[in-house]
Amino acid sequence: MSRVSSPTFRDSLSVSFTVGAYGVAFGAAAVANGFSVLQSCLLSLLTFSGASQFAVIGVIGAGGGAISGITTASLLGIRNGLYGVLMAPILKVRGLKRLVAAHITIDESTGVSLSQEPRGINAMREGFWLTGFGVFIFWNLFTLAGALGAEAMGDPSAWGLDAAVPAAFLGLVWPRLKNATDKTLALVAATFAIVTTPFLPAGLPIIGTAVLAIIAGLRSAK
Amino acid sequence: MDTLWIGVIGTSLIAYALKLSGHSVPEKFLSHPLIKRINLLIPIALLSALVAVQSVTTKNSIVIDHRLVGLGAAILALIFKAPFPIVVLSAAITSAAFYNFF
Repeated sequence: MSRVSSPTFRDSLSVSFTVGAYGVAFGAAAVANGFSVLQSCLLSLLTFSGASQFAVIGVIGAGGGAISGITTASLLGIRNGLYGVLMAPILKVRGLKRLVAAHITIDESTGVSLSQEPRGINAMREGFWLTGFGVFIFWNLFTLAGALGAEAMGDPSAWGLDAAVPAAFLGLVWPRLKNATDKTLALVAATFAIVTTPFLPAGLPIIGTAVLAIIAGLRSAK
Repeated sequence: MDTLWIGVIGTSLIAYALKLSGHSVPEKFLSHPLIKRINLLIPIALLSALVAVQSVTTKNSIVIDHRLVGLGAAILALIFKAPFPIVVLSAAITSAAFYNFF
């Protein structure tokens, strides 16, 4: 790899550490929802996409089946595919490097990379790899710490873990609420999920809101 | 194999397939404005639904308890632009206090 320019390195490292630290919340939440420490760590190593990971533990933890959990997580993972579309022409990698690049194509690596545009294509590539690997390392270490910590705690409610999970989801969605459509959709989706919970099988009240998103997208496109 | 393991493995396989597919398709295929727009809205809907389900439901019923108090603290923290760890911590501490003392 070519010499790393220091502003890019700084950006990548600060994002990696800050975001990686959320891994504590994920590890703790996964264990609080009934997953083992090993399963929690495997999700961080192999799925490696925060929102999808929280979704699968959230849906299955709430009593939804594996299919509901996987579907919800996968719908949240679609955006990583779109990031790949953006990153491929910038990275221009083949073979093994491309397979590795795909695994670390997430919100943060893409975001830092695109933010380096004024510094040139090399800085964009460096930002992607540094942030991708950086988040990967910290996210996994912190997941292990959170999972072990939660396992040692016992009753999740006594430590507030059962409230930490929805708070984490809220923290993920809050910055995305930029205009009236976003905010209305968030409120309608939350209401839909609560109101349908007594009638629909677990998991469906969550996945069902994807339809609301499509309707909102079609309406706002007019 | 139980639900948890199927969840772990299935989610991981599909997550990687989605990531890799992005690196493999031609750009114009997914760059339609409507697809991009819906792609931004889907996480909003799903995450909001998850917030709701995780804070006020248990199994198949609506349950108002300490979790909602914790969520209130998280909302306050977000209104005051607190960073993510503070948001999660304030929810946990408030909810735990309510659970243990009331």
